[in-house]
Amino acid sequence: MRYIPNTAAQQREMLATIGVDSIEDLLARVPARARLTRPLDLPAASAEPELIRHLRGLAAANADADAYVCFLGAGSYDHAIPSPIGHLISRGEFFTAYTPYQPEASQGTLRSIYEYQTIIAELTGMDVANASIYDGASALAEAVLMAHSVTERDQVVLSAGVNPLYRAVVETYVEGPALRLRTIPLGDGASDLAAARKAVSAKTAALVVQSPNFYGCLEDLAEAAEIAHAAGALLIAVVDPVNLGVLEPPGALGADIAVGEGQGLGVPMSFGGPSLGVFSAKQDLVRRMPGRLVGATVDLEGRRGYVLTLQTREQHIRREKATSNICTNVALCALMATIYTATLGKQGLVRVGELAAAKAHYAAERLTRIPGVRLRFGAPYFKEFALQLPKPPERVVQRLLRDRILAGVPLRQFDRTLKDSLLVAVTEKRTRDEIDAFADALGRAVA
Amino acid sequence: MAMPQYDKLIFEMSSPGRVAFSLPEPDVPVADVRALIPARYLRRKAAELPEVSELDVVRHYTRLSQLNYGVDTHFYPLGSCTMKYNPKLNEDMARLPGFARLHPLLPEKAGQGALGLMHELAAYLAEIAAMDAVTLQPAAGAQGELTGVLMIRAYHLARGERRTKVLVPNSAHGTNPASTAVAGYRVVELKSERTGEVDLLDLERQLDAETAAFMITLPNTLGLFETRIAEIIEMCHAKGVQVYMDGANLNAILGITRPGDLGFDVCHFNLHKTFTTPHGGGGPGAGPVGVKAHLAPFLPTPVVTRTPEGAYTLDWKRPQSIGKLQAFWGNFGMLVRAYTYIRTMGAAGLRSVAENAVLNANYVMRRLEPSYDLGAPGPCMHECVLSARRQKQQAGITATDIAKRLLDLGFYAPSTYFPLIVEEALMIEPTETESKETLDAFCDAMIQIAQEAEKSPELIREAPVTTSVRRLDQALAARQPNLRWRPADEPAPR
Repeated sequence: MRYIPNTAAQQREMLATIGVDSIEDLLARVPARARLTRPLDLPAASAEPELIRHLRGLAAANADADAYVCFLGAGSYDHAIPSPIGHLISRGEFFTAYTPYQPEASQGTLRSIYEYQTIIAELTGMDVANASIYDGASALAEAVLMAHSVTERDQVVLSAGVNPLYRAVVETYVEGPALRLRTIPLGDGASDLAAARKAVSAKTAALVVQSPNFYGCLEDLAEAAEIAHAAGALLIAVVDPVNLGVLEPPGALGADIAVGEGQGLGVPMSFGGPSLGVFSAKQDLVRRMPGRLVGATVDLEGRRGYVLTLQTREQHIRREKATSNICTNVALCALMATIYTATLGKQGLVRVGELAAAKAHYAAERLTRIPGVRLRFGAPYFKEFALQLPKPPERVVQRLLRDRILAGVPLRQFDRTLKDSLLVAVTEKRTRDEIDAFADALGRAVA
Repeated sequence: MAMPQYDKLIFEMSSPGRVAFSLPEPDVPVADVRALIPARYLRRKAAELPEVSELDVVRHYTRLSQLNYGVDTHFYPLGSCTMKYNPKLNEDMARLPGFARLHPLLPEKAGQGALGLMHELAAYLAEIAAMDAVTLQPAAGAQGELTGVLMIRAYHLARGERRTKVLVPNSAHGTNPASTAVAGYRVVELKSERTGEVDLLDLERQLDAETAAFMITLPNTLGLFETRIAEIIEMCHAKGVQVYMDGANLNAILGITRPGDLGFDVCHFNLHKTFTTPHGGGGPGAGPVGVKAHLAPFLPTPVVTRTPEGAYTLDWKRPQSIGKLQAFWGNFGMLVRAYTYIRTMGAAGLRSVAENAVLNANYVMRRLEPSYDLGAPGPCMHECVLSARRQKQQAGITATDIAKRLLDLGFYAPSTYFPLIVEEALMIEPTETESKETLDAFCDAMIQIAQEAEKSPELIREAPVTTSVRRLDQALAARQPNLRWRPADEPAPR
């Protein structure tokens, strides 16, 4: 049988060695009344050619970003993925290895994670980064729990510009410790920091601000840091690391913890997962961080090597007193991000950000020439922006599917007051011709 | 012989001005970012990233891969981790552009293939575990545990009960108490019998109106099926306590018995263990959770449902839901792989998986029984636990030493020092995808090590000597954490 190599003759030999007559004898401890007496009700086993046909059929029923021009963002982006990444991460020595608990036989994984930690720390301007969290949302939730544990305070103030899907995950994670969440509103696209100043108090564990925020607008992280610190709270910044070739890093602006979604760094969109939760912090918080950390050390001959370190924070040692319950993370996605960043390099990541920003601003200018279409917010934006449309965005999106354009994300599902708005993202991959075609199609759809 | 210039950190290979990327030239009128975005938002000091060629990248990461052991290169008998073969077909399917290049927020009607696959996979998992509903959202086993415990919490609260503690055996995976604590519960550790089975008297003592749930791994972490499981579950239910099955060891019982039929209220699945999605050096995994009908109202949002017209849709209108665990719908790429695997195997194939996993583990246990103490007497299920206490007493050889010596002999190591209730534990899970020939070679190596422990223990203490580094100074790493490269740290070349 496929994937099961023992032959019937070998099974008999093995049973003889064990000293039983049948495999059934080995299952004697499973109580008879609990046994399944029929086969599982599953589709019959498929041979490879028919299974490929079936799955290709399912895949073909989806509007993927190769067949459609993608202007969708809201936390997942169609950035270009250099060819070497897929080849290198597919090497079985990376792909089929476990968590590097035996460091002598895992130096490849360990060294690549050490490189990843360095890259993330460098991009975010923070001192240390961990080996990854599941995704941007759970990374933020972990940051909130960490701020609560560091400050021993029970209230968290979040900007309304934080991705609402991230906020939903934070709400789930704070259920256990019963933290209270407060929201500060947006002004003209960016957070109302005057409101933040009023909301943050001696009870506040952390102020959470995302930049660019969910609506694409840039935030004043320096002022947010000053507000948080004045009350003895931490600033948690939510960022997209692929933007940080161009944008000022949160570490330089006073953030204590910087988290975000690293999917843009070479990880396929894959219908939302797996992706890459980035987690970084200032040095004095390192022993309170969740997740794995790789450190450099030496072997008994003095050669440089790498190990999992500060493991007394983790669940397999500390059990219920661990800083987090995370075990499996997204190491392979971190490897994708490492190879991505190495390939783009010092100049390339800057170019990605510059191209995305330039094309986004061109797109905004081009799209707002359409009568009735205008920018929803006035604040400066980076690669994503909200458009106000004269027709319901859901209908416009459906209409543009016919032109093989994924026009954007209707915002009503996240905020009813934005029921006339569409969130549009533009990466370095979009061409002027694609943007012009989008504008023409949108013009027809709202006419 | 490796090329030494690639055998270092990527940063140490950097040459100013060298590039590996290929990006389009700007094609829009205003390309200067400083003309578009106020200066105060822009980066002042460039990020110090490597400047290397594409061939540098390829050689460097190829070289790094060669420093690893993986299932594709080595037998990987890591107990509790189910390091089975990861089929290549799964990878081809997950990489189809119609799956890999799919944005999560596209209109539902433009993602029917993906949503349909999720709906079917949830139904398969529900059938395999005899559960009534399944969420695919949790990203890994630990997040699945958190999901399950939060659903139990919501269930009790909906009934007006504020229960405060969760019972976990002392043989449990560390994630069980950790996830329970994140969910806001006090964790009470239960004693185990020497076989890892639950101490029923201790359970009886702890079961009360304050107890929200009992979490248990089945088969247990000593690889034994808990013979009194039905009785245990009845005891719990009699006190209104929900019973959670940690599904890490589900590989042992596929098609043989089902958690729901045994009476469990909740169980999670580790798709990266039982259902062949790769471990990737630590992740990503996927940790779907199955529940009985009384817990279904509390499932995370959204749930993939099928309308009467046959369309697949994301159902967000679930007022009692515990909320979200990930920004989007789950680790979809892993779901495609697991779906492909289940369709490859079918019902008979999955049952054969469990039977051969059990056969292989018992074969290894029987062959090694003369040379090592057993953690518990057999027969075992899918894994066996040995103890190196004899080797430790006689020659001062520990489980760690044995693990390191195995690396020299061409095998990855078993899990060591787990479960905590077995002294010098060596936990071996061969999985069904290994042949008798491989198992024999491994057993020969283990027997050789037991002999070396008597005759030439220094050989074991010195190990490993064939790996790229020898034993590493863990204490130094923890005392002086060096968690990132800086140019000043660059050591003199050796």
